[in-house]
Amino acid sequence: MTSIVLEIDGKKVGATEGETILQAARRADVSIPTLCHHERLEPYGGCRLCTVEVDVRGRTSLVAACLYPVEQDLVVRTRSEKVDRIRKMILELLLAHAPCSPQLMELARVYGADPDRFDKESSFCILCGLCERYCGEVKKKHAVGFVNNGARREISFIPEIASKECAGCKECFPLCPTSYLQAAFVLTEALAFPSPSSQGTGTVER
Amino acid sequence: MPRLQSAAELEKLRKAVLSGRDPGKPCISICAGIGCLGFAGDRVVGAFEEEIGRQGLKDRVDVKATGCHGFCDRGPIVAIYPEDICYVTVSPEDVPEIVSRTVLGKKLVDRLVYSDPATGKKAARPSEIPFYRNQMRLLIGDNTRIDPRSIEDYLAVGGYGALSKALFEMKPEQVLEEIKKANLRGRGGGGFPAGQKWETARKAPGEEKYVIVNGHEGEPGAFMDRAIFMGNPHRVLEGLIIGAYAIGSRQGFIYTRHDTPRLKQVIDRALSTARDHGLLGKAILGSGFSFDVEVHLDIGIFVSGESSALMRSIEGKKPEPRAKYIRTSVRGIWDRPSNLNNVETWANVPQIISRGSDWYAGIGTERSKGTKLISLSGNIVHAGVVEVPFGTTLRKIVYDIGGGIPDGKKLKAVHMGGPMGGSIPERFLDTPLDFDAMAKLGAPIGAGGLLVMDEDTRMVDVTRFFLDFLSHESCGKCVPCREGIRQMLKIVTSISEGKGKKGDIELLEEISEVAGAASLCALGKTASDPLRSTLRYFRDEYEASIR
Repeated sequence: MTSIVLEIDGKKVGATEGETILQAARRADVSIPTLCHHERLEPYGGCRLCTVEVDVRGRTSLVAACLYPVEQDLVVRTRSEKVDRIRKMILELLLAHAPCSPQLMELARVYGADPDRFDKESSFCILCGLCERYCGEVKKKHAVGFVNNGARREISFIPEIASKECAGCKECFPLCPTSYLQAAFVLTEALAFPSPSSQGTGTVER
Repeated sequence: MPRLQSAAELEKLRKAVLSGRDPGKPCISICAGIGCLGFAGDRVVGAFEEEIGRQGLKDRVDVKATGCHGFCDRGPIVAIYPEDICYVTVSPEDVPEIVSRTVLGKKLVDRLVYSDPATGKKAARPSEIPFYRNQMRLLIGDNTRIDPRSIEDYLAVGGYGALSKALFEMKPEQVLEEIKKANLRGRGGGGFPAGQKWETARKAPGEEKYVIVNGHEGEPGAFMDRAIFMGNPHRVLEGLIIGAYAIGSRQGFIYTRHDTPRLKQVIDRALSTARDHGLLGKAILGSGFSFDVEVHLDIGIFVSGESSALMRSIEGKKPEPRAKYIRTSVRGIWDRPSNLNNVETWANVPQIISRGSDWYAGIGTERSKGTKLISLSGNIVHAGVVEVPFGTTLRKIVYDIGGGIPDGKKLKAVHMGGPMGGSIPERFLDTPLDFDAMAKLGAPIGAGGLLVMDEDTRMVDVTRFFLDFLSHESCGKCVPCREGIRQMLKIVTSISEGKGKKGDIELLEEISEVAGAASLCALGKTASDPLRSTLRYFRDEYEASIR
């Protein structure tokens, strides 16, 4: 492993080849916000909140810190007017879906994001993919996955797998930055594999 | 067919094919490309086969169902050789008369001859018909002579000569050098120099390397890759094998459309005939070079044509793009060096090798060489697949080849580059077709779709159309693209309905900037390009709806 020295926010930081900017920054106690990153999972690059500015070979570009590999003498700026503007907009776009997420609200305060910039479309899920990837990569169960593309993408529990695997696990629940995941699970459970205990008095007889 | 073992055996076979053919023998070539099939071209083919049989002419007249001739809006097209006559809008009922009067009687069937809608002037030969006459058909020209199922037809036009030359007369480095000197630029969208990409893959560490044909062609208004691939599959394959030789790859992939089964059949057949002939597989033409190809069907969304998403798809995973901080030519399929070019790029390779980079570099502009296939559509008299040298003005394509705007309307704008391209107003019509000149105007050539729009077009609606397309056809993985497109589409829709609000345009610009800067892949980065170009040139149309 080659050791590399790069510069993050004016600070010299040591790293090894193959690491990402985010890894190097976190070790050096430089904070970069993320929503879709998890140390036990493959870097994803979906939320783009970790966008930072880098100078490579005389050119400044915007890259995702969770994916960009460290290079010798790389210059990284984790905050700039441009970076902040991007983060603010990303948060505003997501707050239209999950206006009550504590994590989003806290970040919105830091970056001055207006929670009411866009009309609410409260789907609650921000599609960070933490549940989907945790279930696939760590638990190797694939009980929850994405369905549809583009603007219609959503997460969905696969009843056949979820009915067997989820009851004893639920490790993905605390990863969710919103309250949606549990709701989705409860809904799937109620519709597809109701257990006697969940058949409460509230069920409507037909 | 025993596998060909040397360059000499290939030439011997070619000679045998050619000597068995009488250039004076009548040949009826019927377009069975996608467009003509839509006009019942299949029934015309059937009618000719039946009529030739009925008149007992099977030995005296050849009938060929070919790939796209290009003149799509006048289909079904029938070409008759050796006279080189082109009949337009042929129906099965016309067939007996064509056989009796033209093929046997050597006289024209007047009503099937092209007549210029503006002047009424008749023209029976491609050399006289403005649509054909003003083109330079280096890539698509052979289509009318080739039955895509027949390797003999491809050999008859010199096919696999370039491969033989590359394998036996050139080192891989020399092949690479030729492609670099020719300055072949990728035809799939970016215009990236193919030679440079090949070199990166060649130099990248690793034994196992891949070459890929991107035949996804998913953007609305693009149909030229299908025309060349369905019409002349061996040409694309020959280009791919030559590329593999230059790069040092033993395994290729063809990524093609799941919704065009006929194209898949054509490709499968081309691969198996090439294998039977020793042009694919172990020790090609008896040389030390082995290479084979696997066909993959696409996942039916636009983003699966993006290079890294496509490679994921070949790996059997979801077609989601990944960051290309390390290029796919270094780390692509299964993290191995993978060189991807689109159909048209590969189709250019054989002629560069056989005719030389100097010849090739003599065609086009300073930085855009060769010819470009254009899918011409929209408010245009003659929609179709057009091939012109780079440097041809848009005006020439629209008016001299396309026949101008129908119904006496005025041209308002042309859109190039599909959902990640841009629209430019009429005043730029004298711009030469050139990667850099078009990109500078905000209407990059992209894959070559040219959409012509008349004076009745509302540019806000055009933008809405493309954003709507992308909102379904992106993968939805990253926020700036997925959510940015969602919000831009909402705002543009309300503006197009006359319900725009103060501040909407500025908000659109802000979202577009963030999506452009922070999205994961090129789709998101350029998703707002149609919006940007229409805001640049037709801002008043947005402002008019804002109250």
